[in-house]
Amino acid sequence: MATRPRMIRSHRDAMALVRTPTRAVWLGILLVFAFAAPLWMSNGLLFLLLAGLAYIVGAIGLNLVSGYAGQLSLGHAFFLAVGAYTAAVISGPSTQTTFGLGINEILVWLPAAGITAGLAGFLVGPIATRLRGLYLAIVTLGLVLVGDHVLRTWTGLTGGVGFGRQAPDPTLLGLDLSTTGPILGVDVARSALLYWFSLVVVILLTILALNLVRSRTGRAFQAVRDRDVAAEIMGIDLTRTKLIAFTVSSAYAGIAGAMLTMRLETIEATQFNLLLSFLFIAMILIGGIASIPGSIAGALVIAILPDIAGPLGSVLTPVFETLTFWRADAGFPLDEFQLEQLLYGALLIAFVLLEPRGLIGLWVRVRNYWKAFPFSY
Amino acid sequence: MAITHPLTAALPSTQEALPDGPVVVADDVTLAFAGVVAVKGVSYEVAPRELFAIVGPNGAGKTSNFNLVSGVYQPTSGSMHVLGHDVTTMKPHEIARTGVARTFQNIELFENLTVVDNLMLGRQQHLHYGAGAAMLRTRRVQQAEVANREVVEAIVDFLDIQSHRDALVGMLPYGVQKRVELGRALAMEPKLLLLDEPVAGMNLEETEDMARFILDIRDELGVTIIMVEHDMGLVMDLADRVLVLDFGEVIANDVPSVVQRDPAVIRAYLGGTDMAELEGTR
Repeated sequence: MATRPRMIRSHRDAMALVRTPTRAVWLGILLVFAFAAPLWMSNGLLFLLLAGLAYIVGAIGLNLVSGYAGQLSLGHAFFLAVGAYTAAVISGPSTQTTFGLGINEILVWLPAAGITAGLAGFLVGPIATRLRGLYLAIVTLGLVLVGDHVLRTWTGLTGGVGFGRQAPDPTLLGLDLSTTGPILGVDVARSALLYWFSLVVVILLTILALNLVRSRTGRAFQAVRDRDVAAEIMGIDLTRTKLIAFTVSSAYAGIAGAMLTMRLETIEATQFNLLLSFLFIAMILIGGIASIPGSIAGALVIAILPDIAGPLGSVLTPVFETLTFWRADAGFPLDEFQLEQLLYGALLIAFVLLEPRGLIGLWVRVRNYWKAFPFSY
Repeated sequence: MAITHPLTAALPSTQEALPDGPVVVADDVTLAFAGVVAVKGVSYEVAPRELFAIVGPNGAGKTSNFNLVSGVYQPTSGSMHVLGHDVTTMKPHEIARTGVARTFQNIELFENLTVVDNLMLGRQQHLHYGAGAAMLRTRRVQQAEVANREVVEAIVDFLDIQSHRDALVGMLPYGVQKRVELGRALAMEPKLLLLDEPVAGMNLEETEDMARFILDIRDELGVTIIMVEHDMGLVMDLADRVLVLDFGEVIANDVPSVVQRDPAVIRAYLGGTDMAELEGTR
């Protein structure tokens, strides 16, 4: 027995999250890298990464309901808004234009954002038990439109279009996480504390999601997605299962909404629109449907896309200037934002056409290739 | 000395005493879809530990009958009692929880999941923790998962599909998928097992293996089985009683040797109206 110390000998080991020492090592390296990021990254990149961390939470949430449970939801932005404004109301002070509770403790408003959004998901969930596929997508689309309208008109909550209200103020047990300057004598990027806190939240929520999907509930999600008649024959209550999926997913979205806005100065009422919902769909499509690591990868790709679009634009400009059919003085015809939108559209199309399993599918292919090397299979 | 099958130990509740009386009572059940009457006033009873076969030509209402027992359809009229429960208006998942498992004519496995995960889905109603505990992966959740995984492994051994354990079901050959589906139904620890064409499309060897599994499930576990099957050889060899349907109606219900010689059955299968009847219609 001792000659094969790495052999899996118990069901418990076979079900473990990190099954092999190699994976443990790589995971460790990844974590060290992630925690060390503020020590060498620029403020700008860290700010994007901070959005990336919020995106990860939201993408995991969407993947739970749409990827695992198969309930296509375009309403994700609505639940992000619920979370963001719950956090803002609890953390923000009451002013002449907006109301607030003035409790800026992040350990209060971040869970509260998740709970309120989860509750909203629980209330919306019953719709999903009566509809499926595109019909559900259309109804959840309506949810975003209604939410958008409410946010535009309810100025007491949002501060009104064009003004906005103060974003949630992250204070952890009295320590202001948005402080600047060196920490313990080490010069770090501006939002380092916020980043580390977010990272811990993301790791915790990732573990919770991984536990969920490898459990009774997670298997029920996938059974409902693949064959709902057979799922019922297995004794799975479809209504209950979809309700759980919507509730958990919305709670994740709520936390993501709060995390996404806490790095900003103000929350603008118009940012929780259909485009944001599509952004999350793009994340799980690019990362990998029904995959938690895929959600993480997709969220990070979407988050750093603005940082890719900039340099790409400056590379493309001289190319366009040399083309004679183009007016030489015009330069590159797209600005950075347009280029970013173009990139993200192109990525979506490329992944849906070429690798529907997303980045995770790509990774599996590469891994299998090297496993079998030098043979093709 | 009696040899105890490991499966008997893994699936204890299959051997629990059944309520008195028949396991299934269909009383004048009719199922109509608008104008089409799929099942017409069908009545039958299935005794405990019986291997009951339902046969009939295509479109006779065999699978519809299964759908009525398992709750996929609800009867238009008449009543259905299963394991002492009135299931006439119960939902499929509620019926499943009374101890009814089934397989499907066209395999209905979860293709994107592994064999083990498919079988674990069969254990769904034997896992009692909630979503919150699942996310926290409490000790109780871990113990429940391990205990049920052990049951699944006993089924994997019984069906001899060890080498496919971690394969995605969609990638497996047809015959193996049929076995996995039987395994998934077995994992539910049923008291009544409905098999919809268990050997359809199988070669002789696969059919013989499947026949052995079916007999073992009945004899070792004492599970009552209702089987829809077109393979007459298999039905006549295995079944205790045979119900013959034609155009949604019962035309015979007896032991195989009697059913085989029943003129109504022969007519339904061979389509031959005998001369006397032809004379009569003229």
